[in-house]
Amino acid sequence: MQAMLDILGGLVLVSGTVFLLLGALGLNRMPDIFNRIQAGTKTTTLGTMLTLAGIGLMQPDWSMKLLLIGLFMLFTNPLSSQVLARAAHRGGARKTPETEVDRYAEDHGDPS
Amino acid sequence: MSKAQISAKLFITLILFWMLLNGTFALDSFIVGVGASLIIVYFFRDSLSFLSEFRFTPQALMATLSYVAFFLKELVKSNLRLARIVLEPDLPINPGIVKVRTKLKSRMGRLLLANSITLTPGTLTIELEDEWLYIHWVTLESADIEGATQAIVEGFERHLEVMYG
Repeated sequence: MQAMLDILGGLVLVSGTVFLLLGALGLNRMPDIFNRIQAGTKTTTLGTMLTLAGIGLMQPDWSMKLLLIGLFMLFTNPLSSQVLARAAHRGGARKTPETEVDRYAEDHGDPS
Repeated sequence: MSKAQISAKLFITLILFWMLLNGTFALDSFIVGVGASLIIVYFFRDSLSFLSEFRFTPQALMATLSYVAFFLKELVKSNLRLARIVLEPDLPINPGIVKVRTKLKSRMGRLLLANSITLTPGTLTIELEDEWLYIHWVTLESADIEGATQAIVEGFERHLEVMYG
């Protein structure tokens, strides 16, 4: 039974790391900070949650703590991204020329 | 809601987290948890917790379950879409920052909405200002307020409206 859970956990863990790898690729390829934050936030959230789930399958005793860590990630990750994005915008970070519209700059002024 | 009620809800949330994190019901760890929670409640009694402004009705609990299911589905979808964008050689993006409006009135409901939007396909909340949210969108579909609100906000709002109002 535990051997099967180990295999399943391993697979889930690997799928989590695949998302983290794609996130890293996104950070590298995206043209400006806002798109980079997008790539970073989503993939680290799902990637970390899958990694935690994989560990939970391998070590069922830890699952409650892992669940709480997952919840903590789920609530802090988007918040920190939002604050970073806002700070970047206020600080006049460069936006890629592909950007089609910026309502925030229209309402609040564009420092860049 | 009164000050005492808010403090009580924050205290319950904290002590629940403490108990789950410890995984034991031993008296000594419980007492330490109560002490720590009381100190935190004293300093942060004006801030939000999950339970503040939550409506304790059967409908709200059902909405919470369907919200979680919807959220997880959107999270997976957003990752797959991002993976496709990142892996494509010509990086097909057309970003923009749009403005949307929410019907939600409660602070916690708005906070959860902003967080959910950040974790769902191609959108990132930049600023939350009263009922207005500014959202960075990797694959812009609609630049006007109504269109963007419908595409980004309404899926979550349906659930959160029942939970928090």
